[in-house]
Amino acid sequence: MNPQELFECVTSLSCIVTQTSTGLIVGALLFLVAAGLTLIFGVLGVINFAHGSLYMLGAYMGLTAYRVFDSYFLAVIMAGLGVAIFSVLFERLFMRRVYNADVLMQLLVCYAFILILDDVVKLVWGAEFQSMGMPETFQLPPLFIGGGIVPVFYLVLMGVAALIAVVLWYVLKHTRTGKVVRAAAHNPTMTSALGLNTQLIYAGVFACGGLLAGMAGALAAPVRSMSPGMGFSILIESFIVTVIGGMGSVSGALVGALVIGMVRSFGSIGFPDFVEGLMFVAMVLILVLRPGGLMGRKHS
Amino acid sequence: MNNTGTLSKEVGIALVAILILAAIPLLTPSRLVTDFVIRLAAFGVFATSLNILIGYGGMVSFGHAMFFGGGAYAFGLLMQKAGVSIPLALLGAMVFCALLALVVGAICVRLKEIYFSFLTLAFAMLLYSIIQSWMSLTGGDQGLMGGIPRPVFMGIDLSNGQHLYWFACFLAVVCLLLMRLLMQSPFGYTLRMVRDNPERARFLGVDVWRTRLYAFVLAGAFAGVAGSIMALFVSAAYPEFAYWTMSGEAIFMILLGGLHVYIGPVVGAALLMMFNDVITRYTDLHGLALGIIVLIFALGFKRGITDFLLRFLRPASKKKETTQVTS
Repeated sequence: MNPQELFECVTSLSCIVTQTSTGLIVGALLFLVAAGLTLIFGVLGVINFAHGSLYMLGAYMGLTAYRVFDSYFLAVIMAGLGVAIFSVLFERLFMRRVYNADVLMQLLVCYAFILILDDVVKLVWGAEFQSMGMPETFQLPPLFIGGGIVPVFYLVLMGVAALIAVVLWYVLKHTRTGKVVRAAAHNPTMTSALGLNTQLIYAGVFACGGLLAGMAGALAAPVRSMSPGMGFSILIESFIVTVIGGMGSVSGALVGALVIGMVRSFGSIGFPDFVEGLMFVAMVLILVLRPGGLMGRKHS
Repeated sequence: MNNTGTLSKEVGIALVAILILAAIPLLTPSRLVTDFVIRLAAFGVFATSLNILIGYGGMVSFGHAMFFGGGAYAFGLLMQKAGVSIPLALLGAMVFCALLALVVGAICVRLKEIYFSFLTLAFAMLLYSIIQSWMSLTGGDQGLMGGIPRPVFMGIDLSNGQHLYWFACFLAVVCLLLMRLLMQSPFGYTLRMVRDNPERARFLGVDVWRTRLYAFVLAGAFAGVAGSIMALFVSAAYPEFAYWTMSGEAIFMILLGGLHVYIGPVVGAALLMMFNDVITRYTDLHGLALGIIVLIFALGFKRGITDFLLRFLRPASKKKETTQVTS
């Protein structure tokens, strides 16, 4: 615990720049994972408790693809698609059976998958920590902005995350697909009565959530180390993000992700041993003040 | 309802249970069996306390491990640092967990289903991160080591394996009896009403928030005793006690044993412990095997063993009565 250092940091421009860029990068990756989680919740009304494991799967698939094809771009695409395919199978074969069941059953099916996937990753990729390393294309000297250090790769990641956020926003708000998905979220019975295939929409939303989580996993691979069990910590973080933002709201996920990114980044200066705890404190504070989350609807 | 009748019946069953448990070490000298029963005492009470929330209250808490871990640490720290007697430390652990549950519950119980599940989970992980980072008090990752002293009280010497076994059994049966009586009391029936139809309960003048909160506090306090039993048994406390997988296993114990029969969670705890013991003997892939078993139960049976048996054993005409009495 060292609040003094935090105070010194926020009075120095270079420290602010460095920490803000770290916060943004954490927030960008969290947004991608949380967006999938909140989308699935918003449309299907289920929490995909195994969502963090999809992120883990993406990271490891990306690692393998990168080692085989030696292309970071290809690795991210393949991880996204691979996890999307896995998500559809997961939804069709397992989750579909517990949509109308107790929350307990949904939690348990996902709990089972967290346990299974952690061990599968251990079997395939080994139990020890792994890392991808920085792709050669991005091994450039860092930029200096206002005295703060910002690695080039951070800017690339932020750009990619921003691009995905814009695409997601455009598809949801301005395309027919987006309208259908929002209609299914609002009233599934009416949607299917109108002749739209809700089953297909559900599978599609799961695929989209998996795609985002898988890509996030692969995008994070150069800057984070991988281990079985990494899925659970990102699940907790992205859950906090969705709750802070308001569950089911994609724009809320963006706001929540940036809040948590900053809390993590600046918190690690002042309270290095208690960063995890700080996130929960932030969540509790926001929930007490606004029970529906920052961008949430009142009745939720 | 015949209250005195149920009371003497429940107490009778508890006495018989104590006698049977007390006789087990006389029948078999194996440490394996007595150790299993002591662990079962801890997990049985833990799962049953969670079932107050899930089975009776309809609140799927995914953070109940915070009270198991919290109780274990409170008990261990009271014994190690304050050097109090064992009954006082037990009481202290219960009070600590009840207060913790009061604070956490006050925030959580007004939330619906999945929000409740995840918020309790988040609080449990907060406690877990506090335990991990407060090195000077809790020993961090290493756990509360150095052994928990076991001073003799009322002629009971818990460093003696035999005494520890009897004490754990006695404590567990008393806790199970108390929880049973509470669930058969008017409070228990109010809780069921709140679970089944909160709107109607509110309409009838029940304070829904308060009923749920009391259940949360009770469940937390009893989970604290369960954690204390575990701390006594392993003579330490570990951060894993408060980790989320502990909550997950407790929920699975309930599902495995059945959530509509009072003793179901205890049966489930015994079954899961046996699964675990067998699985770890044959494979390192403990999660994979357990995950598949969880899937089979969640998607295949959709109900626990005791519910399943009950359906076979009881004739159809009595079914209505059993749901009234037990659910």
